[in-house]
Amino acid sequence: MQWLDARLPLPRLVYDSFVAYPVPRNLNYAYTFGGILALFLVVQILTGVVLAMHYAANSAIAFDSVEKIMRDVNWGWMLRYMHANGASFFFIAVYLHIFRGLYYGSYKAPREVLWILGVIIFLLMMATAFMGYVLPWGQMSFWGATVITGFFTAFPLIGDPIQQLLLGGFAVDNATLNRFFSLHYLLPFMIAGVVILHVWALHVTGQTNPTGVEVKSSKDTVPFTPHATIKDGFAMVVFLAIFAYMLFYMPNYLGHPDNYIEANPLKTPAHIVPEWYFLPFYAMLRAITFNIGPIDSKLGGVLVMFGSIIVLFFLPWLDTSRIRSTAYRPMYKIFFWVFVANAIMLGWLGSKPAEAPYTWLSLVGTIYYFGHFLIVLPVLGLVETPKRLPGSITEAVLAKSGGGGGGRPAGAAAAPDTKG
Amino acid sequence: MSVHDTAEPNRRDFLYIATGAVAAVGAAAAVWPFIDQMNPDAATLALAEIEVDVSQVAEGQSITAKWRGKPVFIRQRTAQEVEEAKGVALSDLKDPIARNANLPADAPATDINRVMGAGSPGGGADLPAGREQWLVMIGVCTHLGCIPNGQAGDYGGWFCPCHGSHYDTAGRIRFGPAPENMAIPPFEFTSDTVIRIG
Repeated sequence: MQWLDARLPLPRLVYDSFVAYPVPRNLNYAYTFGGILALFLVVQILTGVVLAMHYAANSAIAFDSVEKIMRDVNWGWMLRYMHANGASFFFIAVYLHIFRGLYYGSYKAPREVLWILGVIIFLLMMATAFMGYVLPWGQMSFWGATVITGFFTAFPLIGDPIQQLLLGGFAVDNATLNRFFSLHYLLPFMIAGVVILHVWALHVTGQTNPTGVEVKSSKDTVPFTPHATIKDGFAMVVFLAIFAYMLFYMPNYLGHPDNYIEANPLKTPAHIVPEWYFLPFYAMLRAITFNIGPIDSKLGGVLVMFGSIIVLFFLPWLDTSRIRSTAYRPMYKIFFWVFVANAIMLGWLGSKPAEAPYTWLSLVGTIYYFGHFLIVLPVLGLVETPKRLPGSITEAVLAKSGGGGGGRPAGAAAAPDTKG
Repeated sequence: MSVHDTAEPNRRDFLYIATGAVAAVGAAAAVWPFIDQMNPDAATLALAEIEVDVSQVAEGQSITAKWRGKPVFIRQRTAQEVEEAKGVALSDLKDPIARNANLPADAPATDINRVMGAGSPGGGADLPAGREQWLVMIGVCTHLGCIPNGQAGDYGGWFCPCHGSHYDTAGRIRFGPAPENMAIPPFEFTSDTVIRIG
């Protein structure tokens, strides 16, 4: 080891980053999703690489080759269900990870770059998941690809050439399938690259923690191993247990029956729905049914949908509050949970047909989504009176356990850092 | 820019900028083939022309032909549907342009302009009797490319199930997120029962 360390300090890097690395002593289970996400990226790449050994990216045989994986290939059914459900669980974990970041103010200075890298990973994940869903070449694959590449035709003048560039033709066809397969294989490795930057940025600034108070002394931290390793490991086991239940008992619960019908370019399914993890954004796309000045309803919907992600990039500068953790922001705490409920409502609306109470409810939800970022966060930081912050992480921990704080009665009733 | 702190740009500054510019142009030229390969290839671009026999399509019936990978609806509309489409004022239309490849780009979306093929250049007066009920239209919703269902929706024309666009009996957008009327492809009646599309 020392021999290698003197020539390539890789062992030292691993030791410093994942063994001796100091983490705040009060991290809760909301902080375990980063590790879970890393695990799922590995699972997706492993299952994906072996599935690619059996899959054929040709529109004439793609659908059959997926059925062949399901029926003939040894363990093929399990590998494919792992990959398909793994994508869903990847998104469950990433949404919880994002909400954790929103609740504990993980995007605030000095962690802006860390946050932006995370948003980039999220965008790459969405592109990867979308292209992966096209590969089985079922009805939902085909029409999902048609609708999503159709977004680009909303842009005046350059729209149609861009769509033809993406599709390699005038409609979704074999050329589209081939390039989506190629990119679906490439993007996870780009995600892995950005993840390395994300972890690097994390280890430069250090983690946030439920109090939002920066680490002040070595008393505030514990070494990564064994504390964080075991905690992350336990969370992974629980998460994998739920994953295994879905995988073995309800593997098609999150899928659509229409995708077991081979793609037919002349027949649109009665009700096109994207995968569940895109539903909130889909609802916002459909919410705009009217023209806004020179912007027609189609372009408006597309801009709103892209804008809902782009606004996340500016989040560190939209939130004017200097208090990091929502636990000490009594008013923002209410708005945060309304935002969560609103996001879930948008997801539900996205799964409904485009009809009258759903479209205007979507509009209300869309307005709140943007209002949260563009009005609530900038204004609330200026008018809100936060609760008193603890002097240090250690003080908060000891006050909570009631042990060290000078014999005060246990303050556990006011334990804000167990939420989330 | 320069390693020397001279006030005037010198020969070395010029060389740095010139070298950088040549490298940038070279890199851009090398990137272009990698982008352009994604565009539709020669086989896809080769313009297809199809001929469709419509002698078996009775009044109130539709058929779907495939042209350039997209469905083309050919419908012999009922007299009532034609009357409904004619009765709509242009000001009631979300998109007042005909979107007919056989007509000038700014032709208004009257019913007659929606059904006009090539070969009737003088306007509505030249349309032979019995042609007015034939609607030939690319059956792709102008919103995001789904295929609308026929004889459905609030206006008795087409309804797109994806995002709820309603089209009338002349394929004109009336309500919903779609921005334009459904497109009319270049087509011509080569005889009373054969339509050539493309």
